Amino acid sequence: MSDRARGYWPVFAVTVLLVGAGFAQSSKYEVGRAPAADEVQAWSITIFPDGTGLPEGSGTAAEGKEVYARRCSECHGTKGRGGESSALVGGQGSLKSAKPLKTVGSYWPYATTLWDYVNRTMPFHNPGILTDDQVYSVVAFVLHLNEIVGENEELNRETLPKVRMPNRDGFVRDSP
Amino acid sequence: MGGGKPVRNSGEGTRRKFLSMGAAVGGALMACSDSGDTPAGGGVKRTGKPPDEYGERSPFEKSARRGSVSKYPEAGSTRTPLQDSHGIITPSSLHFERHHAGVPLIDPAEHRLLIHGLVERPLILTMDELKTFPSVSRIHFIECSGNSRGEWKSKKGATAQISHGMASCSEWTGVLLSVLLDEVGVKPEATWLIAEGADACKMHRSLPLEKCRDDVIAAYGQNGEAIRPEQGYPLRLVVPGHEGNINVKWVRRLMLTDQPAMGREETSKYTDVLADGKARQFSLTMEAKSVITRPSGGQKLARPGFVEISGLAWSGLGLIERVEVSTDNGATWTDAALQETRQRIAFTRFRLPWTWDGTPTVILSRATDETGYVQPTVETLVEARGRNSDYHNNCIKSWKIAADGSVTHV
Repeated sequence: MSDRARGYWPVFAVTVLLVGAGFAQSSKYEVGRAPAADEVQAWSITIFPDGTGLPEGSGTAAEGKEVYARRCSECHGTKGRGGESSALVGGQGSLKSAKPLKTVGSYWPYATTLWDYVNRTMPFHNPGILTDDQVYSVVAFVLHLNEIVGENEELNRETLPKVRMPNRDGFVRDSP
Repeated sequence: MGGGKPVRNSGEGTRRKFLSMGAAVGGALMACSDSGDTPAGGGVKRTGKPPDEYGERSPFEKSARRGSVSKYPEAGSTRTPLQDSHGIITPSSLHFERHHAGVPLIDPAEHRLLIHGLVERPLILTMDELKTFPSVSRIHFIECSGNSRGEWKSKKGATAQISHGMASCSEWTGVLLSVLLDEVGVKPEATWLIAEGADACKMHRSLPLEKCRDDVIAAYGQNGEAIRPEQGYPLRLVVPGHEGNINVKWVRRLMLTDQPAMGREETSKYTDVLADGKARQFSLTMEAKSVITRPSGGQKLARPGFVEISGLAWSGLGLIERVEVSTDNGATWTDAALQETRQRIAFTRFRLPWTWDGTPTVILSRATDETGYVQPTVETLVEARGRNSDYHNNCIKSWKIAADGSVTHV
């Protein structure tokens, strides 16, 4: 056998193993059931940075102002700061200082994360009550407070993932 | 066993006095009267309680989790009283807590686990069905990555509970995630798994798929019984050695993907700001760490003489290989005995007999794990990461012993 031919043997062996594993990869325990498509749809609330998962709907900061005042300001302050809960605004340029202020504007790398988090968890004592349009609009309002989007800029599933957050490049991936 | 131990908890004189008596009469303690007035020589004269369906600890034991008060207690935490612990197992009722939207009350008959995304066969399992898969039981610590965050700055923890109590150790029972992943057939393009809880905030985290295939457990058992509600009843992930937050509780959904979700808990929280303003992300491993729990802050040595120095060590990368103790503020170090059988990614109890001569000193411990990683000083950590990391502080912890025997943080 030539050196070259010998070099292919491991490839061949791995291929055989993979094909074998493929055959073995059927349900082994035959437990549980396949979910219906609408079940998966209903449970899948994750919004990814590329916008995957974002629903139809839209909103602007101008529309979000009222939603924010009614649902958010009690804890986060009328303008995204000064409340008892996390500041949402400010802190840009503070990350190197002795007291970094981590807010949506200074720290969060993706606007989609804000949509996901508001939709998933807010308001704190009653999560899930905001409509998709309200989430878009209140996200727009918080981004507007941070001077990241304009007051009448429409956010929707197309435009939100394109919003460039100030600290987008502020993270280094640790090797897991 | 005469005269009790020289180590005691300060401010609990009555309890200590009783415990000393209890030590003298041994088993009689179990059946004592409510007043605790047990005659040392004569034992108990009255008949005690009949058997009970679910046991409680002695009313004389007061060790408790402690948390901080906030306007949002549902998003709060409590810490394990490590200074009171024996051995390596944390009682389930004392396991530290960190919730993001309170503890949900979940009927296991209604709970479902959905596995979907980049898989050949999406699957919904009931709890009964999940329990039919092959199971494992493994002892692992879980540690919040914010444990010891005060050690980054001048606000050092006054007790082992405050400085290190967001770490606890249990025996967990459940199904290896690798078994479930084989069952659904993961597509080759999948690289991440997003785990989501059934709590009100649907807390979610992205896990590297490689780790999920290795040793992650979908756990329903803790220390021999069902997981406690505050630990994720009826089902949680145990991700050995990774930061606590990723051990998603009340887990209801596992989604296989080719990208992380970049959720709030892995971007704006649980990321470590470095000196240059950049932040480490997906810094998941809890590295080797140790703390002396006796004698530790808030306790007091009754008198010079024999002291057993005892503490806990752990590493998210495997076995604890060595724990050294210094009783002279780091000038010299002595190997402590390690409690066997050691378990990987679990608390390891260490013990060192010592004679305190009554002079003030500082005691500290330093762990080394099986990878050769040595627990660093806080100076080394600060040099590498600055002071703003918040998370992942595994520095050497020092306790100062004063001439009167009182133990405080340094």
